[in-house]
Amino acid sequence: MRKEGEIRIPSGCAIAAMISKSGDRMCGERIVASMRPMHDRSNGLGGGFAGYGIYPEYRDFYAFHLFFDSRSTRKECEALLKEQFEVVKGELIPIRKTAAITDEPIIWRYFVAPLPSVLRDLQLDADELVVRTVMKINTSLNGAYVFSSGKNMGTFKAVGYPEDVGAFYRLDEYEGYCWTAHGRYPTNTPGWWGGAHPFTLLDCSVVHNGEISSYDANRRFIEMFGYKCTLQTDTEVITYILDYLMRVQKLTAEEAAQIIAAPFWSTIARVSDPAQKKQLQYLRTMFSSLLITGPFSIVLGFNGGLMALNDRLKLRSMVVGEKADRVYIASEEAAIRVMEPDVDTIWSPSGGEPVVVRVTGGQADGR
Amino acid sequence: MRIDATELDFSALNRAIRTSEPACEITGCLGQRFIAAGMDDIDVTIEGIPGNALGAYLNGGTITVRGNAQDAVGDTMNAGRIVIHGNVGDAAGYAMRGGEIYIRKNAGYRAGIHMKAYRDKVPVMIIGGVAGSFLGEYQAGGLILVLGLERGNRRIVHNFPCTGMHGGKMILRDECQDVIFPSQVDVRKADEQDRAEIRAVLTPYCACFGLDLDDMMDAPFTVVTPSGTNPYQQLYIAN
Repeated sequence: MRKEGEIRIPSGCAIAAMISKSGDRMCGERIVASMRPMHDRSNGLGGGFAGYGIYPEYRDFYAFHLFFDSRSTRKECEALLKEQFEVVKGELIPIRKTAAITDEPIIWRYFVAPLPSVLRDLQLDADELVVRTVMKINTSLNGAYVFSSGKNMGTFKAVGYPEDVGAFYRLDEYEGYCWTAHGRYPTNTPGWWGGAHPFTLLDCSVVHNGEISSYDANRRFIEMFGYKCTLQTDTEVITYILDYLMRVQKLTAEEAAQIIAAPFWSTIARVSDPAQKKQLQYLRTMFSSLLITGPFSIVLGFNGGLMALNDRLKLRSMVVGEKADRVYIASEEAAIRVMEPDVDTIWSPSGGEPVVVRVTGGQADGR
Repeated sequence: MRIDATELDFSALNRAIRTSEPACEITGCLGQRFIAAGMDDIDVTIEGIPGNALGAYLNGGTITVRGNAQDAVGDTMNAGRIVIHGNVGDAAGYAMRGGEIYIRKNAGYRAGIHMKAYRDKVPVMIIGGVAGSFLGEYQAGGLILVLGLERGNRRIVHNFPCTGMHGGKMILRDECQDVIFPSQVDVRKADEQDRAEIRAVLTPYCACFGLDLDDMMDAPFTVVTPSGTNPYQQLYIAN
């Protein structure tokens, strides 16, 4: 199996998301449908979705989704997992074979819990053990790739157009309180199943439209903290930055936004509230290596909510629509109108202005 | 003639427009790009959400959208008129070089980026609400007019207007106390001659949207033009 970091070719993409603020679970069909009017933003080399609240019966277990190139790789990976985790369930992820999606790897999911004895011996918390396990499998177990590892959430992605990927993974059979979606138009790498979006680590998932120019500066910094960027795609590094800022540094989504899309110094100089000005100055100085430059629009999903964010120059489009307790986000208004033809409000956030939506009930685990 | 766009992709929709009577009404539009691109002598009305690059390279005729439009409305349009009753996304009038774009509500980022003019080709873009950042970025010609209607406590234009502006004129219906302009432009209050020009361009705009012209004129206007000392003027246009 050739991972895409082994090849580099010198993006337009489509993103969408929908969330119920009250935690109502919504069928995955609508998020798949939202990608149809944005078909031409993708080129068939990647599509994917993340659903939150989809595994309530296993909500206390980490759900690992994996691609394997062969049965023997799977056996080897399972043996490795069982050294440190209790595997309560392992199964093929159900798919619907279609002509549009070909050359699929072997796709499994495992619901796992770290063995308490292992956590005690290693003096790690459960999340950190999961992160290390994901990094280990993805960098050293050739032919295996973990593409989802959070609790009560899951990522589904493939090479193909997003609407075909959604049908392939039978997303009409899942219900979640939050969904994100991506259609890919890769410009730097050739398009491989693992390279489709969303990129995920634990429950943090990122869909991204853009082409960041700070990739290598960001990568060098984040790799000092144990993350390994294996795919040369900018979305992977954004995912690790957000995991680092929000899980390790325990910052809020809004604070993370003020770091990765920090306002210009001239804009900070105009801020009239002294406390806010001081915070912006502090975050921009403290985490200067995590400023992401170049065009991007992203939706970050996490247990209990999501954040949509544009680069500070707003070099990519993003529209937000609201109707009752539902919030819809997409690269184009047309996609929002598919999910909800009759929105109450529709607007475009400014560059660097985070739109954070938190769920207050239902399946959300909070964060 | 009506065209139901529900099952049509952008090329089928454009074929239907080309083969219809000059006047047609599109219903069920949802995200189809490039509508009426490069066409002339058309009179298209759109119900629904047209996709990006609506009326790109438009060379004459009229496009009317009853609701919102997406990004890059009138990209590089040469002549004709595009009327949007709602908001537009980013980069409206991108490199526009003739004709008019009338927007009733707000515009996103980079409206009028690299607008230009040549002899009798003088493009006009009028935004009824507020404009996002980088309004008139690299503007080289033509007129951008922002009215700031129904804007509440929002600034008439967001950050960094006129960045790299080296030609044309921008007019904002406001005193602009809270707007920071770059150093290479001159900012002044509209004089009588400016106000006559504003009245002339607003007359068809107000007729389109049923607005009262005298009400629109009853406000301060700020005029922005590149300063004569701007070295790029010599470099890029005086040849």
